Amino acid sequence: MSKPEKIIPLIQKKSIEALLEKGERLDGRSPTAYRSVRITVNAIERAEGSAIAEIGNTMVIAGVKMSLGSPFPDTPDKGVLIVNAELIPIASPTFEPGPPGEEDVEISRVVDRGIRSSEMIDLSKLAIIPGKKVWVIYVDIYALNHDGNLFDACMLAATSALLTTQKPKTVVENNEVKLLEEKEPLPIKTRPVSVTFAKIGSYMVVDPSYKEELAMDARLTLSFSENGDIVAVQKGLPGYFSYDEIMQALEIGEKISRDIRKHLPPIPTSASND
Amino acid sequence: MKMKSDQAIKLLNDEGLRLDGRRLDELRPLKIEVGVLKNADGSAYIEHGKNKIIVAVYGPREVHPKHLTLPDRAIVRVRYHMAPFSVPERKSPAPSRREIELSKVIREALEPAILVEKFPRTAIDVFIEVLQADGGTRCASITAAAVALADAGIPMKDLVAAVAVGKINGKIALDLNHLEDQYGEGDMPVAMMPGLKTITLLQADGIFSKEEFKQALDLAISGIQVIYRKQREALKKKYEKMIRTVTGGGS
Repeated sequence: MSKPEKIIPLIQKKSIEALLEKGERLDGRSPTAYRSVRITVNAIERAEGSAIAEIGNTMVIAGVKMSLGSPFPDTPDKGVLIVNAELIPIASPTFEPGPPGEEDVEISRVVDRGIRSSEMIDLSKLAIIPGKKVWVIYVDIYALNHDGNLFDACMLAATSALLTTQKPKTVVENNEVKLLEEKEPLPIKTRPVSVTFAKIGSYMVVDPSYKEELAMDARLTLSFSENGDIVAVQKGLPGYFSYDEIMQALEIGEKISRDIRKHLPPIPTSASND
Repeated sequence: MKMKSDQAIKLLNDEGLRLDGRRLDELRPLKIEVGVLKNADGSAYIEHGKNKIIVAVYGPREVHPKHLTLPDRAIVRVRYHMAPFSVPERKSPAPSRREIELSKVIREALEPAILVEKFPRTAIDVFIEVLQADGGTRCASITAAAVALADAGIPMKDLVAAVAVGKINGKIALDLNHLEDQYGEGDMPVAMMPGLKTITLLQADGIFSKEEFKQALDLAISGIQVIYRKQREALKKKYEKMIRTVTGGGS
């Protein structure tokens, strides 16, 4: 059986570009139209938080597990956040089993930066005994169906799972941490959203489909916090952008991020408020 | 993994100068040497601030393993690696997730400049060894790697020059050092083909308003022009010396 290749016939790339010249795309969208976004939260009861994010036919699941652990030596008074994304073979004939490759690592780190830089989670509220016991948040993301734009889908799944996470309340008795039956949400401050652009030839499109990704020369992922600040940027692939293309993506991306955010679960009322 | 500290650390003094005495728009001292390794087809050594990085380029050469070969172009492979002694706390020599990501983005920053279609079925390997790190290693690596590629005689559309900009104490600053990167509010590495005015690497973390982002990108572009000049000077220096040897040193 032949292995499906991650290449696109040149003629198909040309036809995508010819369509874009007229402002059209293969699936009928305009260059700045995002596909429909759907989020299903609490998909996995065993996880402290979970979500399935769909962008068109792209589907990603994220689960949050919480455990008690030691803080990093340089941030003794903060909880720990660990984000891991894997492009498993379930999601695409082009994904192979095995240890995470560079694409998996790049997605993990871009999602991590979006969450960390935006200060989405107030990690300082997750230190139970500073220097000794802190909450460790594991966000594990798995691609289930790849039809393009896994970056944004992973970000949506991860943030939705975190927004709906319920962790046990704790008390400290004789320097020991005791977990209580009662649950509380994570201390969340903002909901970052990423918007990914593809450059195909000399054209830019938002939210590329799988076919468009095969034809794209460069990728740009911009993450925005709730007030429109830029919290993470990642250019990928061996193409390039002009200054104007980046500024344009910034303007359009910020607007789109506001629309996408409407699909996210609300910010939970913080545990510290009660 | 980068840790941001909550405590505001004073990175700017009352005169607006930085901890190392630089102005906000000032680069660190930069030194580039070309052709420092005998075995490599091309090589370069860069000192950018306290960063010390050596780069070797091998190729175009036969591809191993063979199945990676592309019929219409060369493949470009980049290995960015930090020596265990390059940082205060010993780093494990095994490639970290950070190094895997950086190898990828550095490759994707260099590749647009290389005329890969000139060398089908070959590999161009770029090996980057960070000997000492002081913030902005990916950018200094790109700057040195572009020079090493040119030194290897690989046809390129332009050099690639890079610098990180960022936000320290609320101000946009050029060429962050390690302390500014760690305790600042944002970091934004940028690489360009300066002659072609195209951006080949753009990353950011931290919090930037739209205006700050634009200001930061503008500042990076101006810093890149200075680095570009240094790259060309370094290349000229090696080859001018060679010409002198060939033409004048015969007797």
